[in-house]
Amino acid sequence: MTNTLLILILLTNLRLLISSRIHACVRWVAAQGILLGLLAVVGRQADITLLGILFALFTAAIKGWVFPWLIFRAIRESEIRREMEPYVGYNLSLAIGLAALGVSFWLGRRLPLPGLPGPLFVPVAFFSMFAGLFLIVSRKQAVTQALGYLVMENGIYLFGVVAVRDEPLLVELGVLLDLLVAVFVMGITMFHIQRDVESLDANQLTQLRD
Amino acid sequence: MSVSGLIPVLAALTLSPLLFGVINKVKALVAGRQGPPVLQLYYDLLKLSRKGAVYSATTSWLFRAGLVGGVAAVVAALLLVPLGGTPAVFAFRGDFILALYLLGVARFFLVAAAMDTGSAFEGMGASREVFFSALAELALFVVLAALAHGTQTGTLSAMLGGVTPELWRAETPSLALLLIALVLVLLAENARIPVDDPNTHLELTMIHEVMVLDHGGPDFALVLYTSALKLWLFAALVVGVLPIHDGPPAAAFAAGLAGMALVAALVGVVESAMARLRLARVPQLLLGAAALALVGFLLLAAG
Repeated sequence: MTNTLLILILLTNLRLLISSRIHACVRWVAAQGILLGLLAVVGRQADITLLGILFALFTAAIKGWVFPWLIFRAIRESEIRREMEPYVGYNLSLAIGLAALGVSFWLGRRLPLPGLPGPLFVPVAFFSMFAGLFLIVSRKQAVTQALGYLVMENGIYLFGVVAVRDEPLLVELGVLLDLLVAVFVMGITMFHIQRDVESLDANQLTQLRD
Repeated sequence: MSVSGLIPVLAALTLSPLLFGVINKVKALVAGRQGPPVLQLYYDLLKLSRKGAVYSATTSWLFRAGLVGGVAAVVAALLLVPLGGTPAVFAFRGDFILALYLLGVARFFLVAAAMDTGSAFEGMGASREVFFSALAELALFVVLAALAHGTQTGTLSAMLGGVTPELWRAETPSLALLLIALVLVLLAENARIPVDDPNTHLELTMIHEVMVLDHGGPDFALVLYTSALKLWLFAALVVGVLPIHDGPPAAAFAAGLAGMALVAALVGVVESAMARLRLARVPQLLLGAAALALVGFLLLAAG
């Protein structure tokens, strides 16, 4: 069950790399958030507490519902539909993603963390971070870059589920709140960029004007 | 060499046109039509074989040799493919590579015959066919490499026979990914719907059909028969990944045949449910299949 969830997360990452429609991308990131929430419950079957379940629900709600809602609002206001001409094409993105996946599996083998529920946690966590980072550097639209940030954070969260097993729920809660603020700020920034530059193409920000 | 391996080959030679009948019947049922009889392709083959052949003045011996070479290469590949637990006639280490390249030879003959006519349409179709199958080959090779790794064997018969219920229980996600990739390759290689529409009448959108526009009569019958054999071969690969080879040989073989009908029905459902992709999207689909296969491979290797 844990493995299936992790593989689904892995596949959503690959799907994000080849998707040109921003709406679809937001939905896949939302799906990934909900999968992460599920994973937080399933991954620690043995020592699950009420607080743990509540925290997982909170994660799923924020990542699967609040973030997409905020980003959809930003999209609606800026009227963009799809990512035009990314720096790296979709097929090449997929190929690079697969290479990153291979590297992640290799890293997972080199980095055996103690007490892992399965052998896939570390590779999938690494791969999410790689995929998110790659989305940030290879896409031009600010919205897609924000999505890449979220995917990268999902990878870090996966590490949290693994490495920080029971103790600091508070830490994770703090991270989640930080993230919420970040997405708020990104939404507002996108709105302002859109109003001032009349486009969400991050490329245009290199041109200075009054 | 195994003599019992002739049974799957004989089944392929006699029953393969039935797959198209099942596909068309399922499509008709989903659309609420009566549809052509399941045996329609047999009638068509009979009708075509009694016609005379007309050859364009621009074609050479290559045009006629292409058909014979194509069907011979596919039959030779069938000798290497097991069905339902019955091993193939020939099995040796790395035989899956030979099987794939025999399919490549068959494609080469078809393409050469198409180019020989000198028609612009057929050249276009040939170019597309070669491009898409080059991408599909990548996915197919990764799937077979993953199966070889998962079962720790090197022959097609042992690989497909080694996919047992135990292996499925242990490696469900990766085998499921490999199965999906294999079905996508089947659809692409046999010019079925997300890649090519077998019913289209517009040459500009065709891939496979446009290459055989100049074949008529018995030649066209041979073309249809070759594509039926090829569909049978890929369906046998898909069925091979299902965990149905246990039990007595006769029962396993019957299960294999039932699996073939199931694959044909699945193709029919896919064709009823979706439209052909834009040509520009097809490489993405095939790369996606390769990606799924590669993920399956990595999971098998890591697990």
